Amino acid sequence: MDPISQFMVDHKIPIGAWGKAFFGFLTDNFDTIFRAFSNGLNFILDGLVNVLLLVPPVLLALVIAVIAWLLQRSRPLAIGVFLGLIFIINQNLWKQTVQTLVLVVAAAAMAMAIGVPLGIWAAHKPKVYRIMLPVLDLMQTLPTFVYLIPVLTLFGLGNAPGLIVTIIFVIPTAVRLTHLGVVSVPKSIIEAGEAFGATKSQLLWKVELPSALPTIMAGLTQSIMLSLSMVVFAALIGAGGLGTEINRALGSRRIDLGLEAGLAIVVLAIVLDRMTRIGVGGKK
Amino acid sequence: MTVAVDFKNVDIVFGADQAGSLAMIDKGATRAEILEKTGNVLGCAGASLTVHEGEISVLMGLSGSGKSTLLRAVNRLNVVSRGQVLVKDGDKIVDVVTCDEPTLRRLRQKQVAMVFQQFGLLPWRTVEENVGLGLELAGVPDAERKERVHRQLKLVNLDQWSKKYAHELSGGMQQRVGLARAFATEAPILLMDEPFSALDPLIRTKLQDELLQLQAELKKTIIFVSHDLEEALKIGSHITIMEGGRIVQTGAPEDIVLRPANDYVRDFIANVNPLSVLTAWNVMRDSRDLDHGDNGWVWLDRRKTTRFKIDDHGLVAAAERDGKPAVWVSCADVEAQSEEAAQVFWANPGTSLKTVMLAMHRSQTAPVALFDDQSRFVGAIGIRDVLSAVLRR
Repeated sequence: MDPISQFMVDHKIPIGAWGKAFFGFLTDNFDTIFRAFSNGLNFILDGLVNVLLLVPPVLLALVIAVIAWLLQRSRPLAIGVFLGLIFIINQNLWKQTVQTLVLVVAAAAMAMAIGVPLGIWAAHKPKVYRIMLPVLDLMQTLPTFVYLIPVLTLFGLGNAPGLIVTIIFVIPTAVRLTHLGVVSVPKSIIEAGEAFGATKSQLLWKVELPSALPTIMAGLTQSIMLSLSMVVFAALIGAGGLGTEINRALGSRRIDLGLEAGLAIVVLAIVLDRMTRIGVGGKK
Repeated sequence: MTVAVDFKNVDIVFGADQAGSLAMIDKGATRAEILEKTGNVLGCAGASLTVHEGEISVLMGLSGSGKSTLLRAVNRLNVVSRGQVLVKDGDKIVDVVTCDEPTLRRLRQKQVAMVFQQFGLLPWRTVEENVGLGLELAGVPDAERKERVHRQLKLVNLDQWSKKYAHELSGGMQQRVGLARAFATEAPILLMDEPFSALDPLIRTKLQDELLQLQAELKKTIIFVSHDLEEALKIGSHITIMEGGRIVQTGAPEDIVLRPANDYVRDFIANVNPLSVLTAWNVMRDSRDLDHGDNGWVWLDRRKTTRFKIDDHGLVAAAERDGKPAVWVSCADVEAQSEEAAQVFWANPGTSLKTVMLAMHRSQTAPVALFDDQSRFVGAIGIRDVLSAVLRR
């Protein structure tokens, strides 16, 4: 090795060590808090799953189909949703699907609950967005496995760490699409609102958000899709569901099992995507 | 006449270096110089203009002349760098430049409404929801809002369309919705930022007519921005011409056409048909400038073909044409007159030049007299006066 490189390697910046020390500090001092949080979250998620599993599968599938009809007022869609779910029941993957569904819906809802206000804030304050941007890039591009480790040490195994990992991965999309939606509100209608004496909050609720709604809803759809794609990774740290099946299929090289669970994820993805296309090409 | 809006030495600069730009404005720097030196854009400089209640004041100029910038200072969509914009608010006068947020909001909700070039309608709302926007923002109760919205929609003939979405309407209809939205707040001051420029010519003319009709009824104070001189002359009671952020000339339409302040204005009016603006008043010679003979006789024309005998009250006692007694008749009914009788036509100050010319044509180029409201003789128009006005010589 040439002397310059050697010199640089000898004086390596101990980023890894710092990170380890930081997480060590967190686990040493706040372990009980993280564990309590994790246990509480696990309790809620497992409870939800158990309640849903109390309902007979076909009845639950019917309820979801009715919800689909209520959201979109489309009979073909409701029938499609019902048939898709029947297929999953037929493949004997209902329990895993419900676990995944709860995880995905919870993750997407949390990501929107955090991401939409952040996106609005960033849209109103360009400076905030400039600071936020590298953080969002980091959250989206840092390989998932890398933050699986600290999340695992802080929260242990189970659904809760799976949920947290998924939320981290999905929030940037919610923020970005909300930001995009709000900054692309035409200036002419913002001025119309101002000219007729809107307060800041009236402007937000009556002009900016309705105008940005299609983009924000696209953000919701994207959040759900991305959450689904995280299911397999979340299963690595103990989140139950279809991801667990796929990991098991991978470990035991079971093509049949992998195909079944994979198709169930695809069906779930299509069902959720079509159900949540609110305001996109809808009411105009 | 009460003042509704008063601009006092308004400077508007877009950019960070306000103080530097204002100093340059004081030295009379042009927009290009200020841009080069400070990187700031001069919106308008030293603009002073008084708009009275009930008039339509038109701000005219090419794009970039600062007309919209000045208009938008009235409801502080543009922030004024220096100067005052006084707006009548009930019995008080409010300086929009310095007033606090709640006052500004109240002004925007109740005193000053606006119509936009690109309509500025909310596409996810129906027509009636759009018209009700201002009332909704001001917190007007539902029932009253519905009633007022419905009344406005009737006024602009859109009550059949109230449940449609804005984008389902044609451009002309969308701008009617914009008008209704502005009228619905019952604000006495209306800002119109090139409201008809995005429409095709036929619809534009129609909406101009409708606006004038509505104005005759509603008597708002309207500040209207336009780059179209024909439009300005048609609807404006006052016209202000702007160039490079500065006001070049302010006056009544006929003042602008007859007495352009500089070459910029002259270029502007070069293609305007004077017949569409000029009235008898603009072209007449005052009776004091006419040839007075004995016993109260006055010659109406230089060729001395026609004369009036004026009594002590300023009324016409007798008329003579080519030495023979004649009758005097209004040129309002010029078509009804037989051509044989010796007659002298008279006009009111507001009679259009076109009608005066028609009267001259009918009477073998005889002069036309001008009477005021009380039928008193005030002046006369000869053929040379008409020609010089039309040719602007």
